[in-house]
Amino acid sequence: MPLVFAGVCSHAPGITGRADLADPELRDGLYAAFDQMREHLEAVKPDAVVIIAAEHFANFFMNNMPSFAVGMAEHYEGPIEDPEWLKIPKFVAPGNRDLSSRIITEVMQTVDVAYAEEWLFDHGIAVPLSFLTPGFDVPIIPANINCQGPPLAPLSRAWAFGEAIRRAADGVPERIAVVGTGGISHWPATPDSGKINEEWDRDFLDRWCRNNRDELLDYDDLSVYADAGQGGFEIRTFLAISAAAAGAKGTVHYYQPIPIFAVGCTTATYQL
Amino acid sequence: MSLYYVQKYLYELNRSPMVQESYRADPPASIDSFAGNDDRRLTAEERSALVAPDIGKLYHLGVNGQILMHFAAFHGIEWADYLERMRDGIRSHGPVREGVYALTTDLLEPSP
Repeated sequence: MPLVFAGVCSHAPGITGRADLADPELRDGLYAAFDQMREHLEAVKPDAVVIIAAEHFANFFMNNMPSFAVGMAEHYEGPIEDPEWLKIPKFVAPGNRDLSSRIITEVMQTVDVAYAEEWLFDHGIAVPLSFLTPGFDVPIIPANINCQGPPLAPLSRAWAFGEAIRRAADGVPERIAVVGTGGISHWPATPDSGKINEEWDRDFLDRWCRNNRDELLDYDDLSVYADAGQGGFEIRTFLAISAAAAGAKGTVHYYQPIPIFAVGCTTATYQL
Repeated sequence: MSLYYVQKYLYELNRSPMVQESYRADPPASIDSFAGNDDRRLTAEERSALVAPDIGKLYHLGVNGQILMHFAAFHGIEWADYLERMRDGIRSHGPVREGVYALTTDLLEPSP
């Protein structure tokens, strides 16, 4: 079934965990944007949501770090963080092991992925799902791109991963939605937390909307680190969605720097 | 390699209620059961920082914030205080010693 949804959103833990510290008007604006994205997602009636995140040493560590990983379980628990810290209660999200297996098998034809039959969702997945599937009632297939522990996968491989996900989604009878999470410029969990490079973000989002592969791959990690922080490495998940959208143009529905949330908060979708 | 083991201990603590319980009960014993007496795994300086807990020292040593922030929260350290402790760590001990925040061209540029 052709892909039914391709979108991206922020996943910073402060979005839920530090909601009480934010300017209420900014927070409520972001939450309304997430709500609109939820409505859009529900309207296309997905049978499963592939959520491409950049996790933060929750499941994957430098003892054995995959560039790309896809979940293959019947259910996933979360959040791995203290619920009191993240302000998201413990949940169990349904998976679909058989569908995961079929998707992974197809992705593997062009991209070497690891698979994981257990996966604890950290804020990279838990925060978006708390807005997009708050009932935790839609099967989820988690996917990860290593954006944390260098050496990182080249951007061209993140692109190839997105293309492979699209090909796999198109090839199954189920209605598949893909969501990429993370970014954009940020210096997470360091003394520079709260610093946001708005100009860099807006330029990146312009490229994301145009969905031109050459433009989107025209970044090098040293410059990204200097201009956009370690958080900028997470553009890999956004690029994977760009690739999955196969040339479709995008629209940014919401972008607003909210320093207490540490990121320029974003929701955006492609017109498939 | 011991920044690897500092981060690995914290990675395991962050994801395991059992390790959290053992740390709460007896931090040095919990760390010893992970690293033994091998200072190639954890030096005395690192063990001490993990026990105190010395957030600023751990940041200076190179622990990734995405791992460190949960250790701070585990100790009930509020967000603003966590950020300030990292700043204090740099003021007291100097720049981040290794890891992603001490980036060199070796770490990110592809080999020729």
